[in-house]
Amino acid sequence: MPGRRFVIGLPFGWLTVFFLLPFFILLYISFVEMGSDIHPFKPLWDSEAGELRLKYENYLSIFRPADGSALFRTIYVDAYLRSIGYAFSTALLCLLLGYPFAYFIARANPGLRPALLMMVMLPFWTSFLLRVYAWKGILADRGVINQCLMWLGLTSEPVQMLYTSVSMLVGMTYVYLPFMVLPLYANLVKLDLRLLEAANDLGASPWTAFWLVTVPLSKAGIVAGFMLVFIPAVGEFVIPSLLGGPENLMVGRVVWDEMFTSNNWPRASALAVSMIALVVLPLAWYYQRVGDATDEPLRAPPAVDSGG
Amino acid sequence: MNKLLLPIAVIALVLTACGKKDEAASPAAGVSAAAAPAEEKVLNIYNWPDYIPEGMVAAFEKETGIKVNYDTFETNEALNAKLVAGSTGYDIVVPGTAFSPAQVEAGFFQPLDRTKLKNYGNLDEAIMQGLNKADPGNKHLVPWAWGFTTVGINRTKVEKALGKMAMPANAWDLVFKPEYTSKLKSCGIAYLDSPTEIMPPALHYIGKDAYSNDAADHKAAAEMLGKVRKDIRLFSSTMIDDIAGGKACAVIGWSGDINIAAGRAKENGSKDVIEALLPSTGGMIFFDSMAITKDAKHPANAHAFIDFYLRAENAASVSNEMSYPTANKAALAQIKPEVAGNKTIFIEPAVAATMVPPGKLSNEGREAMANAYTAFKKGK
Repeated sequence: MPGRRFVIGLPFGWLTVFFLLPFFILLYISFVEMGSDIHPFKPLWDSEAGELRLKYENYLSIFRPADGSALFRTIYVDAYLRSIGYAFSTALLCLLLGYPFAYFIARANPGLRPALLMMVMLPFWTSFLLRVYAWKGILADRGVINQCLMWLGLTSEPVQMLYTSVSMLVGMTYVYLPFMVLPLYANLVKLDLRLLEAANDLGASPWTAFWLVTVPLSKAGIVAGFMLVFIPAVGEFVIPSLLGGPENLMVGRVVWDEMFTSNNWPRASALAVSMIALVVLPLAWYYQRVGDATDEPLRAPPAVDSGG
Repeated sequence: MNKLLLPIAVIALVLTACGKKDEAASPAAGVSAAAAPAEEKVLNIYNWPDYIPEGMVAAFEKETGIKVNYDTFETNEALNAKLVAGSTGYDIVVPGTAFSPAQVEAGFFQPLDRTKLKNYGNLDEAIMQGLNKADPGNKHLVPWAWGFTTVGINRTKVEKALGKMAMPANAWDLVFKPEYTSKLKSCGIAYLDSPTEIMPPALHYIGKDAYSNDAADHKAAAEMLGKVRKDIRLFSSTMIDDIAGGKACAVIGWSGDINIAAGRAKENGSKDVIEALLPSTGGMIFFDSMAITKDAKHPANAHAFIDFYLRAENAASVSNEMSYPTANKAALAQIKPEVAGNKTIFIEPAVAATMVPPGKLSNEGREAMANAYTAFKKGK
């Protein structure tokens, strides 16, 4: 069937040209030497000396400080850990906020659901940048919240919220929340309500039924939502630069600085490749192992014997 | 096997296509530049913000019928990143001397055609000789304006914050010395947000070469800066608004911007005195120069604009309205007396002698500088 092959081949071709190929270019640059004048990098094959110059030091320098102090005490490792920490907190906050949200929509009157879903999607219709800027106005020293607090007399000096980890988490949770709600909703709306009735008949309180039936069944949605939030949040660049202070240096900014300020493309590329290796590969492995399994209970009734 | 074949074929195809395009592109570009029968009536300019008097672009458009797309950048690093990546789409760019020597050497700019620049003779011979170091033979760069990076203060607020403490003899102390910064943090200290703006004065302050390529020097400067890091409120790309609007009372900024802020505060009815200081150890001189990019699509229009800019009245209006001294000797006669008499715009020869001239950085030096700056900026 040539039509089918074409339909499948198209996205594959697209990904090859626009994802795999740039990735190989990145990989190539990550192994070459930094240029000596203003050019960002030298070719791998030194045609004058006729030798191959493979610079794996680009990777080593990520973990080994230039001044010889303790291993792993570099701004890069620091930024990786901070990025993963923020991304994880963001995903967790999104889950805590998004789950009741999605649950409510899924349980709402079917006629009302499209309207409720539309309200989740609506923010996408305005520019992402504007929405983040709006938070600047809300959180600033002379912003809405501080004005209210001072008017109420709760504080005399403005409380600094902007350019702190608080403003970062607020902004990131706000922006990524729909990515958590939508997969959770898609999952929860399929939930067979008879299972809850059965739990009720067997004496489970609504709370117990929720924990033992609803949550395990929505695991696929939780995992999908978590990944959809976590992965882009790790490399987030715009929100930290608008809402975070200079001490909240995240890996996206570090790569940007290496590329545009230090003019060191090889190290920027090495950082990006390392990020893929550190974040995406474990997740891909996880999906391979667990991702398929989580779909199973959706099709079959929950396995009762697993409690044994 | 079959599955792998397609992606490999696609990669091979794309790679060969790219290779061929590169080969074909260069001679073609040469031909079109030489012949260029009718250039599209468009010109793309990339300059610093707050650097052109209102109406100058419109006047040029009206006179020539060329549509100008005027875009701005905030740091030399940002411009350099675009030039390095190539195909910027801009015809005229205005790099500062922290980067322009290396950019000239790297061949990012095309040589100027002096026959198209009738007003070239208006330029100050002495300044052009200085710029000769950055651009041998003055083949690529035409100065837009110059100035110096220095300390700017809201004197009213600074004196209040310092209390009984006297103003330091060396103005750099206000932004680099903990005794002063710990007092001034209450009214706000702002730094420009770029390694090549902050590290040279810091290096100079600790007695090192301001444009050192030695990583150890940068580390020492970052250590000095680290002691005042907690007192710095802002890393600013909107310096004029930050001083004029009262977000900061002591800044490391450009002389012209500080003077613009002083004027703007006055317009807004503020009684505070805002001024650029002349540190006893000197400010950091910079020259921002126009250059035509190598791959400019409208080189003839670019020459037309540069020549238009070189007219005495236009160069003078930049000094008059944007508070940056011009390198245009013919323009000096048309400078307003209050601008010509402002010693922080047109500095006196004795003061000029104390200033630190621009230097050239290697890629390694620039990286050491950026690393030291990042380490300093994120620590609090």
